[in-house]
Order: sequence, then structure tokens, then C-alpha cells
Amino acid sequence: MIAVGEQAPDFTLRDQDGEKVSLSDFRGRKLMLVFYPGDFSPVCSDQLSIYQEVRPEIAEKGVELVGISVDSSFAHKAFQEKLGIDTVLLSDFEPKGEVARAYGSYIDKVGIANRTLVLVDEDGVVAWTYESPNPGEFPGANVIFDALA
Amino acid sequence: MTDLSSAPIPPVGPDDHVADGGEEGLIVYADLGCPHCAGEWGRLRERPGRLVFRHFPVASKHPRSPALHAAAEAAGNQGAFFAMVDSLYADRGRVDDPHLWQRVERLGFDLERFEADRRAAATQTRIRRDFESGIRAGVAGTPALFDACTLQSVREREF
Repeated sequence: MIAVGEQAPDFTLRDQDGEKVSLSDFRGRKLMLVFYPGDFSPVCSDQLSIYQEVRPEIAEKGVELVGISVDSSFAHKAFQEKLGIDTVLLSDFEPKGEVARAYGSYIDKVGIANRTLVLVDEDGVVAWTYESPNPGEFPGANVIFDALA
Repeated sequence: MTDLSSAPIPPVGPDDHVADGGEEGLIVYADLGCPHCAGEWGRLRERPGRLVFRHFPVASKHPRSPALHAAAEAAGNQGAFFAMVDSLYADRGRVDDPHLWQRVERLGFDLERFEADRRAAATQTRIRRDFESGIRAGVAGTPALFDACTLQSVREREF
């Protein structure tokens, strides 16, 4: 896992609409990167749906939030529509998981990112991280608010 | 500014929705639009001990949920909270407004009052209060269960 105080590795990934998004686009603002294993969870426990419900409160804290997984832009678009969310989802698709690896979130043996939260500050420095004990455990939104307190 | 940082769930209070008696039991944070909750509801209702219902509507995923939670709250004002919840979970395919009115008629309470109550600001505030307490306790999916005495999280397979 990337350490607090390190410069957050820059990246350019495509979002759910195929548009390029770079970490440097967020310079001057706080950004919460939400690494997650994959689109389409089988049960009613989608982390990103819960975060959507508290987006106004997250925005009040001056933080933007984006999701990242190894899925394609097309899958992200469908997932976004299924969940009814407007959170930007970035596609860490090719080379697969390259950004997750750079942040120390990638799990090689299963080929997905763990559920990891990384707060990047206005200067592009890692300010806080959270890593789930395993991909099946969801960090609740309270964890985000603890970090922003 | 709303504080959504970590906090234990609140203890059972006088305005909680409580089914059956006794001290021991479960507090459930549930979404009335969630099929997984509907699937578990029968088992939760049959379980001995009290059952405390707290609202946890995830509107992005289940767009009808806010209206259903408001309907349950309005039914609760006429003493029929759990009757409405039971009815909504038992028939998930009929949850539009005319279906809600039919339920009101069947349950025998005042439609005019129901309509006013489900749209009242106090109803939204009450629902959001439950939702925020769930967020603060780390609820990340529904149904989320807690022991009514210890307020500790209970894993699904343990209840």
C-alpha cells in the first residue's frame, strides 16, 4: 500500500464515457480514490451506491470521489446506470491494474484491486489510506468521514 | 454540517419502530426496495425476541425506496408500521402509489392522513436520522443487523 506522505503516482485513465482523466486534473482539490474489485456486485451491498447517498456531505468537505477498477469503460457505463450513480468510474484496464499496482492495491493472485481508499491532497500528496482486510469487506462511508474530520 | 464520522448505533429509543417484546433481539437497518432484505424479512419476523426496524433507503440503487420508507412511516402514524413493511416486502411487484393506496384501504386507515404524512418534512427527517446513524456505524449493505442489547454488529449467519 502506498504510504502517507508519498507523491501520488500520476495516471491517465478513461472514464465510463471513454474520456481521459488524469490525476493532475484534480491538482488544487482533494480527491478520494476508491479502488474496488469489479463492477456488478451480486448482492445489495454496493459500496458505491452507499457513497452516492452521502455525496452531498462528501462535497461539503471539499472532496471529489472517483472509483477505479480493472473493468472496461463500457462495463463502467453499464454499472453506473445499474446503480443509478453519477460517480466517475475510471478504467484501469490496459495494462491491466497498472494504476492499482502503483498504489499498492492490486492483488496478483486474483487479478483485481482490493477495496482501498486513498485520499490525495491539493498538492498531489497521499494524505490518508485505508485498505480492507479482504475484498469482500466494504469500508462504510463513515471511514471516509473519519478521514476528512 | 452533518457529522457522519464513526459512531456506535444509538440505543433503542421510544420512537424506534419495535415489533414484539422483550429486551433481547435485533436491530435491522433495512431498505424497503432491497430484494435481499425482502428475502430475509420472513426469517427476521419469525425469530423470537424483539425486532427494531431502522430505515436505510439506498435511493440510487432502489429509486422507489424513499417513497416506500415514507409510506411505512406514515402507516406507523396510524399504528400500522410493521403491517405496511410486511405488506411491501411480501409483494415487491406492486409498489406504485395506487398499490400503496390499496394497502391503506386494506389495512383500514385514513388515506388523507396517510397522504399528508408520507410527504411531511418530519417524515423525511425521521428516515434520514435512521439512515445517518447507519452510515456512522459503517452499514455498507442491507440488511445490516445489530444486537439490540449490546448494539454490536451481528453477522447474518449468526442470527
